[in-house]
Amino acid sequence: MEKKVLLAENQPEFGAGLLKALAMDPSDVVGEIRDSGIKGRGGAGFPTGVKWSFAADANSSVKYVICNADEGEPGTFKDRILIEKYSQRLMEGMSIAGYAIGGSKGIIYLRAEYPYLIPAIEKARRTLTDRGLLGENIQGSGFNFHIELRHGAGAYICGEETALIESLEGRSGMPRNKPPYPVISGYLNKPTVINNVETFCAVPHIILNGAEWYHDLGSGECAGTKLFSISGDVGKPGVYELPMGAPLSDLLELVGAEDVQAVQVGGASGTTVPASAIHRALSFKDLPPGGSVIVFDNTVSMIDVLDNFMDFFVHESCGQCTPCREGTLQLQKAIEMIISGEIHSLEELDGFFKLARVMKTTSKCGLGQTAANCFVDIISNFTDFHRDNCSHEGDE
Amino acid sequence: MMADLNITINGRKHITPSGSTILEACLAAGIDVPGLCHHRKLDTAGNCRVCVVEVQGWNSLAPSCVTPVVGGMVISTESKPVVEARKVLVDLLLAANNCDCLVCDQAGDCQLQDLAYELDMDMRSRVFKNTVESLESIDCSSPVLKYDPSKCIMCTRCIRACSDIQGKGIIAALHRGGLMKVGTGVSEWHNSACDGCGECIQICPTGALSEKDSPGVRHWKAKVTRTTCAYCGVGCQLDLWVHHNKLVKVEGADIVPNFGSTCVKGRFGHTFVNRDDRLKTPLIRKNGVLLPATWEEAITLVAKKISAVRDEFGGDAVAGLASARVTNEENYLFQKMMRAAIGTNNVDHCARLCHASTVEALAAAFGSGAMTNSIAELEYAKCILVTGSNTTETHPVIASVIRRAVHRHGAKLIVVDPRKIDLVKDATLWLRPKNGTDVAWLNGMMNVIINENLHDREYIEKRTMDFEAVNQVVKHFTPDRVEAITTIPAEKIKEAARIFAEAEVSSIVYAMGITQHITGTDNVLSIANLSMLTGNTGRRSGGVNPLRGQSNVQGACDVGALPDVYPGYQKVADPANREKFEKIWGRKLSRDPGLTAMEIIDSVGNGAIKALIIMGENPMVSDPNLNHTGKALDAAEFLVVFDIFLTETAEKADVVLPAASFAEKDGTFTNTERRVILVRKALDAPGEAKADWKIICELSTALGYPMDYSNPSEIMDEIAGVTPIYGGIHHNRIEETGLQWPCPNEKHLGTVYLHKGEFKRGRGKFHPVDFIPPAESPDSEYPFILSTGRILFHYHTGSMTRRVDALNEFVSGAYAELHPEDVKRLGLVHGGPVRLKTRRGEIETVVRSTEMVAAGSVFVPFHFAEAAANVLTNDALDPKAMIPELKVAACQVIRIE
Repeated sequence: MEKKVLLAENQPEFGAGLLKALAMDPSDVVGEIRDSGIKGRGGAGFPTGVKWSFAADANSSVKYVICNADEGEPGTFKDRILIEKYSQRLMEGMSIAGYAIGGSKGIIYLRAEYPYLIPAIEKARRTLTDRGLLGENIQGSGFNFHIELRHGAGAYICGEETALIESLEGRSGMPRNKPPYPVISGYLNKPTVINNVETFCAVPHIILNGAEWYHDLGSGECAGTKLFSISGDVGKPGVYELPMGAPLSDLLELVGAEDVQAVQVGGASGTTVPASAIHRALSFKDLPPGGSVIVFDNTVSMIDVLDNFMDFFVHESCGQCTPCREGTLQLQKAIEMIISGEIHSLEELDGFFKLARVMKTTSKCGLGQTAANCFVDIISNFTDFHRDNCSHEGDE
Repeated sequence: MMADLNITINGRKHITPSGSTILEACLAAGIDVPGLCHHRKLDTAGNCRVCVVEVQGWNSLAPSCVTPVVGGMVISTESKPVVEARKVLVDLLLAANNCDCLVCDQAGDCQLQDLAYELDMDMRSRVFKNTVESLESIDCSSPVLKYDPSKCIMCTRCIRACSDIQGKGIIAALHRGGLMKVGTGVSEWHNSACDGCGECIQICPTGALSEKDSPGVRHWKAKVTRTTCAYCGVGCQLDLWVHHNKLVKVEGADIVPNFGSTCVKGRFGHTFVNRDDRLKTPLIRKNGVLLPATWEEAITLVAKKISAVRDEFGGDAVAGLASARVTNEENYLFQKMMRAAIGTNNVDHCARLCHASTVEALAAAFGSGAMTNSIAELEYAKCILVTGSNTTETHPVIASVIRRAVHRHGAKLIVVDPRKIDLVKDATLWLRPKNGTDVAWLNGMMNVIINENLHDREYIEKRTMDFEAVNQVVKHFTPDRVEAITTIPAEKIKEAARIFAEAEVSSIVYAMGITQHITGTDNVLSIANLSMLTGNTGRRSGGVNPLRGQSNVQGACDVGALPDVYPGYQKVADPANREKFEKIWGRKLSRDPGLTAMEIIDSVGNGAIKALIIMGENPMVSDPNLNHTGKALDAAEFLVVFDIFLTETAEKADVVLPAASFAEKDGTFTNTERRVILVRKALDAPGEAKADWKIICELSTALGYPMDYSNPSEIMDEIAGVTPIYGGIHHNRIEETGLQWPCPNEKHLGTVYLHKGEFKRGRGKFHPVDFIPPAESPDSEYPFILSTGRILFHYHTGSMTRRVDALNEFVSGAYAELHPEDVKRLGLVHGGPVRLKTRRGEIETVVRSTEMVAAGSVFVPFHFAEAAANVLTNDALDPKAMIPELKVAACQVIRIE
């Protein structure tokens, strides 16, 4: 069931992918990534090759490559492992991105809670520099690429790419209005590619082994492998690498999950899957997987889980747009009223389901757009309210 | 480029330029989209999300204010999901609002309230719980405003207004999520750099930010009158709210020249009109005491005394000080009374103390002694040189225009000032000259410009004369020599010269730091030279821009309240002019130009002038060398003062006549950009106080020269008839935006900037100017350089601002700025007492330790009579303009045990 590429015991030498890329035309590098079908491993699932091609086409002499290492989604710890063990691979992937789009500056934006990873990153950077795989005129190719390490300050929202950019520029981490997207106007208003740690780590493997190889690692329309951080009520929590499109049940079996009540896929902002639906696939077409998979057995009160998730969103909402700032607060109040027994029926929650819809369609960024997912999922599937009366239209 | 796009809105096809937002396209199509955070003056935020619309094919709704239009878009502004979202969003905001509309100051003028009403929100069965209880309490710590988080919808308009419009960036969003609020940093409002301009209040869509003092009346019940601010020369348009004949609130009017902005004085500093200690009856001195009298007694007495002096000693034994604070109409009548009824040209006013040197020098160089360009043009200058103007404090609204030029339009700002004024932090370059060395650095800049061939040869050749004479002088002012004179590093002089000369268009802004010197005229001539050398005068956004200090100092000069000119700067010395005015006014006029303000005070002191009429001025605080002024006024045989309060000068008068304030009469002011604007009566004057024009009419009539006007509009018609630059100015033409002179006829639309194509005098004239040191230099006995000036929170002699509680809360008394090193060296302490002494007098005040002043310098604001800076200042005069050297004096700083 496991298929280890990023976490494989025997890895290609660090730098081999970059060397191969440097021998290619940058547009062919972009083409290779596009053809591989890889989608952003942070969870949003935007096709990486398309993102790079926009940045490659943007007319600017200065472009940036940013690695989003602000791994903050509750239950996610896969990037931590990658940085710890494969920082050179990460930097190799960033360098390939720089080469592909025509940028010579990379920034790793590291989660504030990961200061112990700094030595690993610094060491990797030194090693690559010493080997002539980072810095000026890499391997005589004329391509320059430098990587700077920057630290977050503990805000979940800075994992959102434009909030991350705001933070890098020295302002409060508050998402920007889009368009313009970062590929057109990002860091310092220059074209900027932002990818997750895992995405960058996959890039050298794609270049070395080819788009088709990578594509075929996955199943159906979802390419490649994917890392999952498993926590909760399981026998063997940890980070696992599976082919994209694998059924959730495979993963649960692998980690020794028993008496499953629900699985939270994709973190607090993801999908709450009931035990009856664990046959669903871990793919962007079905259950979009960010990296976090939290398993709850039947001893857990799901309304308490919801309460916990919503406290998280209330705490982490940046506060700039109305639906997220006020909406999360109102959902939190509704949950309190459910717990205290003040709300008895689904009809009484009609207004809150409407709110959930409006948060999804009007919030400025992904946080507000997804903060109500858990509310809708858990209220609909894990409470005693009669589902027949639900005015909620479902959530794909 | 800007191709037009075809889009569909609500089922109808529209064409919109590319680059538009959906909101702009909708508004252009006549379709209103509600919203709360959008404001046309600000960068967009897209925060409230109320303006969302549906775009076919999109998963999410689009915030119309920040979403660019794309060709082929099919937009719906009223579809079911849009209306649902709009209502939910407004409902959320209402739940986070305490909705105390019954008692909220903003009720009836609140966009959230309006939206709730327009969306027909159901207030009886609310889904959402009120979340207000979690919010912090109201921050009332600012002297002028209050912030109530329970009414704040986090639209961030205030934050953007503070940075986008004011360029201050003091307000920010604090905390995050539901705890988010607006604030000024880590502490309460009053501990911040907020200077109380109130831009945030004006732009707040709800009652979250509002005046600290409630107006106590709904806006539809208040009588709202548009008028012109009483303070500085910017001429901000204000809306005064009056209720029960009391001024209860002031708002900035969204019209030229201030476009809604004001400073703290404009918005919060006019409550002096309500004060109980306003003068309400005439006062006549009997047995040494000023006692109430009737108007008849007072006018009869004044007329009798003045006539007696006139008849016995001749008209020139009488003098009058007109006022930069009363209307054009009043100043015109005043000088007409002095000239026609009394028969003297001894009429002057405080312009003598501020821009006499400007009028002198710019008339010589260009042919017209006023600000060449308009305030709004400054925003688009590519380089602005600010010198001798602490613009932030003296012309705050112009300072915000300068900051916008820098921060929003990329202008380079060069500040040349001995003090580290506020604008320094926005400046590309700051030069710190030694006080009184302005000619040297100006010549130095010109030296570099000519040496590096950066001057505008074509302009110099086609439009100017006598360039070579200047070249001969400035060639001796090498950067090294200038460094020796001014202490400005030679490299900085070069850099400033290059920035100024190479910019596409450069503007010079200056004020008293340039003019109040014995070389004031020379300084201004040098500035004119620099502008002509680089081809910047006669161009949009360029020019030479003296900022006029008082509400109507420009107008008082324009209408002839000067000893050597009739209205419109027509020389008294020219017999043709005299004959013209003799014919119009029907009296023989004196052939001799009169005495200037400083000479009048001297002549009163030595008995040559027996009677003095002072209208709305307070020389007992504003004049240099006050001990001398005091002795002179004590020696006057007869002194009559018109004022709104019993000022330090009025206390010395034989007769005091109570005047109406700016808010209690009609008329016009002329602002610093030559714009003649209406002053309108908003409330009735207290007691028996009368408008100055009525007082003058009665007095003139009693002096045997009848004046009878039914209103100031008639007076302006007369002014237009005798003043060519005002020829087309009549009240009915300036109801909205005013007109900028020259406006020679009734068809003319006014002049935005002067000297376009040709200078008023024909060719612009270069004047070679050599450096002359100040009259007093520091020496071993008086080792400090003293300069004086104004501060933001007070105005001139403080007769108005010191009667406003909020302004006193900001700054309540005098102080002396000293460099921390000097403070330490002399054993002084910040906040402790100090004595300042010059060759003319001494005062005791309080130390303010600050790096704003250079070591060896001391600065004292002159507003405070109890520690009057002008006891210390030097009354040495510029020989051409007769302006005193208020900006440089040698001074001792003495520790008080």
